[in-house]
Amino acid sequence: MTPRAPRGMSGLTLPILLLAALACVPLLSPPDYLMHVLITVLLTALAGTGWALMGRFRLVSFGHGAFLGIGAYVMGLLWNYYDISPWLGVPIGVAAAVAAGLLLGYPCFQFRVVGHYFALVTLAAGEIVRILIVALRDITGGSLGMTPHQAPPGEAFAAMQFGKAGFWWIALAAWAAGLLAWRLLDRSMASKALAAIAEDEDAAASIGIRVTREKLMVTALSCALAALAGALTGQYRMYLNPESLAGLGISLQIVFGAIAGGMFSIIGPTIGALITIGLEESLRIAFGTQFTGAAALVYGILLVLFMIFLPRGIAGLLERPPRASTGRKAPAKGTVPAAQPPG
Amino acid sequence: MSGAGTLELSGIHAGYGDFQALFGVGLHVAPGEAVGVVGPNGAGKTTLLRVISGLIRPTAGTLRFGGQDLAALPAHELPGLGIAHVPENRRLFPHLTVEENLKVGAYTPSARRHFQQRRDHVYTLFPRLKQRRHQLAGTMSGGEQQMCAIGRALMSGPRILLLDEPSAGLAPLVVQQVFELVRRIRQEGLTVLIVEQNVAQVLRIVDRAYVLETGRVAAEGSSAALAEDPVIRRSYLGGH
Repeated sequence: MTPRAPRGMSGLTLPILLLAALACVPLLSPPDYLMHVLITVLLTALAGTGWALMGRFRLVSFGHGAFLGIGAYVMGLLWNYYDISPWLGVPIGVAAAVAAGLLLGYPCFQFRVVGHYFALVTLAAGEIVRILIVALRDITGGSLGMTPHQAPPGEAFAAMQFGKAGFWWIALAAWAAGLLAWRLLDRSMASKALAAIAEDEDAAASIGIRVTREKLMVTALSCALAALAGALTGQYRMYLNPESLAGLGISLQIVFGAIAGGMFSIIGPTIGALITIGLEESLRIAFGTQFTGAAALVYGILLVLFMIFLPRGIAGLLERPPRASTGRKAPAKGTVPAAQPPG
Repeated sequence: MSGAGTLELSGIHAGYGDFQALFGVGLHVAPGEAVGVVGPNGAGKTTLLRVISGLIRPTAGTLRFGGQDLAALPAHELPGLGIAHVPENRRLFPHLTVEENLKVGAYTPSARRHFQQRRDHVYTLFPRLKQRRHQLAGTMSGGEQQMCAIGRALMSGPRILLLDEPSAGLAPLVVQQVFELVRRIRQEGLTVLIVEQNVAQVLRIVDRAYVLETGRVAAEGSSAALAEDPVIRRSYLGGH
C-alpha cells in the first residue's frame, strides 16, 4: 500500500508534461485545417475512450451514438429555445445521457441481457434516438440538422463559441478528463470487480460483487464521456445532425476506432481515433464526393482484419507483456514486469 | 436452535423452471460443525448449495442463518453475512492473477479493510498460492485452482464455508491434499458445509452428514454411524 502514492505521483509527471506540450499547439499557429482534424481526433478519442471503458469488460455497445446525440441535442435545444448557455447545457446534456444509459442498462443488467443480446439492445437504442431526432423535426430540424444560434457580439465566451484555439483547449481538457476517469477506474476495486463479472457473473455474485450496481456505474461513466464528446462536437461544428451524432453509423465508427486502436489500453481509443479520422480525411481528399461510401467500406474490411489478426488493437502491439483479455493494463511504459503489487 | 451462526433449512422445495430438484429438504449446521451432504449424481446436492447461497430461490420452505431469513436476499449480500460459497468447478476468474482473484474475494467493504491480513493468512495456509501469486489463475493445476477458490472464499472472512464438490475433476492424490486443507480450515473454528460425491473421503472429515437421494434426505447421522450403516456401505462405500 505505502509505495502507491509516490509511484502514482511520478506516474503522472509524464502525462502532465505531455498535456502541457499539447496545450501549446495553437501557439505555433498551425493551419486551420490541421487544427480542425486534431480537434475532431480528440473528441472522437473521447467518445472511443468512453466506449472502451465498458467495452473492455464485455459490455459491448453498438449504440453509443445515442449518447452522443442526447448530449449534443439536449445542449443545442436548451441554447436555441431557452437561452441556456452550453456551459450549463453540456453538463445537463451529459446528465440526460447518463439517465438514459441507466434506464437502458438497469433492465438489461437485472434480467441478464449479456453478450450479443446486450449488443442488439444497444444497437436498437442508438437507432431509436436517431429516429426520434428525425421524427421531432419541428423542434430538432430533423434530417436537415440544427444550427445553434450565433451568440450576440461580445458574448461568444459565455455561449462557448470559440475559434480553433479555444476549442482545442476545451477538447484537450475533456479528452484528458476521459483518460483520468479511465485511470481512476483502473486503480479502483471496481475494475477488478468488473473484470470478474466479465469472466463469470455467477461466481462474481457469489463472492459478494454487486453485479448490477458495478455494471451501472461503468455504464454511467461511459455514457457521460460519450455525451460530453457529442455535445462538444456539436458545439464545435455549430451544426447538429442526426446521422453524424446518433444512429448506427457513428456508433459503429466509435466501436471500430476503439477496437483498431486497442480497447484494453488507455491510449488505444485515441490511437483508434487517429486512424479513423485520418482514414476518413485521406479518403475524402483522394476521392472527394466520387466515392462517398469509401470510409464505411474500408472500416468494415479493416474491422474484420483487426478482429482476426490484432484483437488487442494497435496498442496491443505496444504493450510488452501480452495479457489475455479483460482488465488491467501493464503500467505506464511497460518497463515494469507483469508482476506488480495490486493497485 | 437458532443460535448465532446456525444454518437452518426446513421443507425446502426448489428447481429449475418446471423441473423440481429438491422436495422438502431440511438440515441444520451448528457453529463450528463440519457437515457433509452426500449422494449420487443428480440427487440435488449442488441445487441445495445454490439455494443456500442465493443463486436460486426456493419455491417453498424456510432458510435461515443465525436467525436471519436468507430466502429473500440476493446472492451478493450473503458474503457480508459471513457465508462464503466455493462453487462447483471452482469458478475462478481464469484471466485474473491469483492475487487479483483473492482481491475480488475481499470485495465487500468490511473485507477490504482486512485485505492484507487475510491475504497473508491465506498465503500461510496455502504457500503454493504465494509462489504463484502473479500467475493467471486459469493456468494453474486443478488442485492449485481449488486452493485458490477456497482462498478467495476465505478472503470475505466467512463464518460458514460452503464447499461444492471440492474433489471434482482432481487426481486422487490431489483430492487427499484438498481434504487435508479442508480439515485444517475447520480446525480453525470455521463452520463447514461440504457437498461431495466422494463419500468415503468426506465422512472422514465431517462430524455429521446427510444422504440426499432424488431430492430428498434419505438418511442422516454422525459420520461414524453412516460409515457403519450397511445400506450406505453397499451403495456408496463399495462395502459388503
